Amino acid sequence: MKPATDTGEQHLLSYTALALVLAALLVLTGITIWVSYHDLGAFNVPLTLAIASTKVSLVLLFFMHLKYEGRAITLSFVGTICFLAIMIGFIFWDVAYR
Amino acid sequence: MATTPSFFETPAPAGLTGIKAWLLTHDHKRLGLMYLWAVLFWFVLALTIGFLIRIELMTMGRTIMSAGIYNSAFTLHGVIMIFLFVIPGIPAIFGNFFLPIQLGTDDVFFPRLNLLSWYLYILGGVLAIVSLFTAGGFPDTGWTFYVPFSIGTKHNVPLTVFAAFVLGMSSMLTGLNFITTVHRKRSPEMGWMQIPLFTWSLYATAWVQLLATPVISITLLLVIAERILNIGLFDPARGGDPILYQHLFWMYSHPAVYVMILPGMGVISEIIPTFSRKAIFGYRAIVYSSMGIAVAGSLVWAHHMYTSGMSDTAVFVFSLLTFLVAIPTAVKVFSWVSTLYKASIEMTPPLLYALVFIYLFSVGGLTGLVLGAAGPDIHVHDTHFVVAHFHFTMFGGTGFAFFAALHYWWPKMFGIMYNFRRAYIAATLATVGFLFHYVPMFILGLKGMPRRYYDYLPQFSQGNGLAAVGGVLLFSGILLMLINLVLSFRKRTPAPANPWGGCTLEWTVPSPPPLHNFIKTPKIMAYPYDFSEVAPTPPKP
Amino acid sequence: MTSGRDQTGIRIGMWLFLYTEIILFGGLFVLYAAYFHEYPKAFAEYGKELNRVIGAANTVLLLASSFTVAASITALRQHSKRLCLGFLAISLGCGAIFLVNKYFEWGHKFAIGLYPNSKALAGAPPGKNIFFGLYYVITGLHGLHVIIGMTLLAISLVMVHNNRITAQRYALLENSGLYWHLVDLIWIFVFPLFYLIL
Repeated sequence: MKPATDTGEQHLLSYTALALVLAALLVLTGITIWVSYHDLGAFNVPLTLAIASTKVSLVLLFFMHLKYEGRAITLSFVGTICFLAIMIGFIFWDVAYR
Repeated sequence: MATTPSFFETPAPAGLTGIKAWLLTHDHKRLGLMYLWAVLFWFVLALTIGFLIRIELMTMGRTIMSAGIYNSAFTLHGVIMIFLFVIPGIPAIFGNFFLPIQLGTDDVFFPRLNLLSWYLYILGGVLAIVSLFTAGGFPDTGWTFYVPFSIGTKHNVPLTVFAAFVLGMSSMLTGLNFITTVHRKRSPEMGWMQIPLFTWSLYATAWVQLLATPVISITLLLVIAERILNIGLFDPARGGDPILYQHLFWMYSHPAVYVMILPGMGVISEIIPTFSRKAIFGYRAIVYSSMGIAVAGSLVWAHHMYTSGMSDTAVFVFSLLTFLVAIPTAVKVFSWVSTLYKASIEMTPPLLYALVFIYLFSVGGLTGLVLGAAGPDIHVHDTHFVVAHFHFTMFGGTGFAFFAALHYWWPKMFGIMYNFRRAYIAATLATVGFLFHYVPMFILGLKGMPRRYYDYLPQFSQGNGLAAVGGVLLFSGILLMLINLVLSFRKRTPAPANPWGGCTLEWTVPSPPPLHNFIKTPKIMAYPYDFSEVAPTPPKP
Repeated sequence: MTSGRDQTGIRIGMWLFLYTEIILFGGLFVLYAAYFHEYPKAFAEYGKELNRVIGAANTVLLLASSFTVAASITALRQHSKRLCLGFLAISLGCGAIFLVNKYFEWGHKFAIGLYPNSKALAGAPPGKNIFFGLYYVITGLHGLHVIIGMTLLAISLVMVHNNRITAQRYALLENSGLYWHLVDLIWIFVFPLFYLIL
């Protein structure tokens, strides 16, 4: 439960930390573009999605402070992603077996 | 006791007078009542349209309307009932009024957002009315708006689906508000396992409202985009797959039925213990099963699509998963019945509606299993069997729970009591009418009568005639019920703070409650259904 | 109103709203997934017709603007109001350039006859029509959200300037920032799914 004095103060990310995250994001962007210019066969798509997922995680965890949030936000975020995964995943019971 | 003025006398924000004290209110109780009048308006309108549909089907061939009007009539009936009555009904009215009080707090977390939700609800309704009279008139597609017909038909599909989109936003924001309120505004002594079951049901519902509604939002936007831009995303001639529309549509609309039923079940979970004067059996089981239904309900949408042309694998998987959803639902029925066992039962109108709910919803749920099993479904899909099933669950279930809630919380909201005798007559008439109206439809469906058809074969005449008789009784019963409630304003028999002997927090405050709900800090019991401190109740009228 | 200064509660409310946006786009990704499964070669082929350079530039712009939005909150909380305003202005600038790029991209496609229900697409192989149909719907809805995000950031900028948002009360800035990051998140997936599946 929230204490009566909760002002929502939360962990403050320094400019350095933010800049490091941006640097990582730009590097990953570079890699994913590089991958698109090379034919790695069946690995292209999963690799590209994995890189995108990593970038998304960095933005979520640091820019959006998800790493420093409480249980309510963390659990509900995971739940939302699970629902999204079911939406996309379960469609394949149909589409992949026609 | 000092007479603290009720919320009717104290507006919030302070200083507002007249109609502005309602239209600009931040008070969750006033918003609940504003929803009540709007929802009842739409309910009576859609009920009347349903009645007209039944009259049309009373005889073969044309009875009172043309085929084109008939198609728009059942579409209108479905759209209004689902988006303007069954989905918002209990959460928007009773959830808004009672969730904060049950949590021991003074309002929802975002009161102004709450007001916005109400305006979005009104806007959605207005847009639906406008679409009746513009650009081709109300859609004739059925409330499911299946492509390609919804894209090709000349009727005003875009405005109607946009109205549904707006109503969806209202629903989402209400869910958002309730979740935040439960997390952040509970009385400090109230842990999760001390929250009353009605509030728990609203919490579970709120998650479904929040997460599932955006799917219908995007689906409806795609229909509008297709009509305006003609992209071809669902057009087989240009690479599209119309079955994907159905997947997206049901990805919301199946969880939506749990949005419809969970709050209703929450109401029953309050009424049964109160009139048994006994703690509910299986409080934890009901909590977990409510959340379980919310989760499992998101896994089964394609059981509406067995005959659509999707893969056999999908048919098998979704059928299997559908059977799992029945389990948490049954848990609740067992809990309610177990609560009644060896209890000190007092019959009142809310209890009568609650008992009827248990019966009608169980029938509805069991027939859902017939539909969930792929084999039988091939036979009864798109017949009147389906129509009967969803009316048993949505009407016999949520509808009757709504009536139960009206009768349970009427004295608290208005401080007046209604006439019991007329209430019992109305409930009995409605129940008998309901059974004669919908049971024939199960048989007609099994015999092969399709749904949404304007006309039918001679062998279905008898069933339709019988259903019409039931329809008249049902319609009369509901009208009598509503008239009886309205008449309570005439007689104004005052109701005490706790006429029923309920143990949740709303019964500890005056009827009607003051603006900030509580005069002194509410005492939170260790167990939410502890009747030890509830006084004996006065005799009933 | 007594929920008053529960900034955590306000933030929870914002995250709940973001979930609805995630699922809204999620529905479109469902369509993408199903159609990519059906037309893998077509998606790869027509992805080549999209300009990877502009796509990459737009990606960098949004990533940078996410950085500046996050930094603007750090700045405000460390009482550097000027720096906060500067960062917000940069974010708005990046968003504006993103939209200009999009305008040129779409304009080019329209000029060569690739727009919804064009003759070229109606007569094209089915995979092409679906690829570009999804492209316009998804980037279009995303662009709309960029505009909404920029509006929220602009309002926040004005309110920081007027001291209606302060180092103690910055919920509105934080929430506008969260919305902007969401816009960035969606693009992080949209970019590879359309421009890099080759």
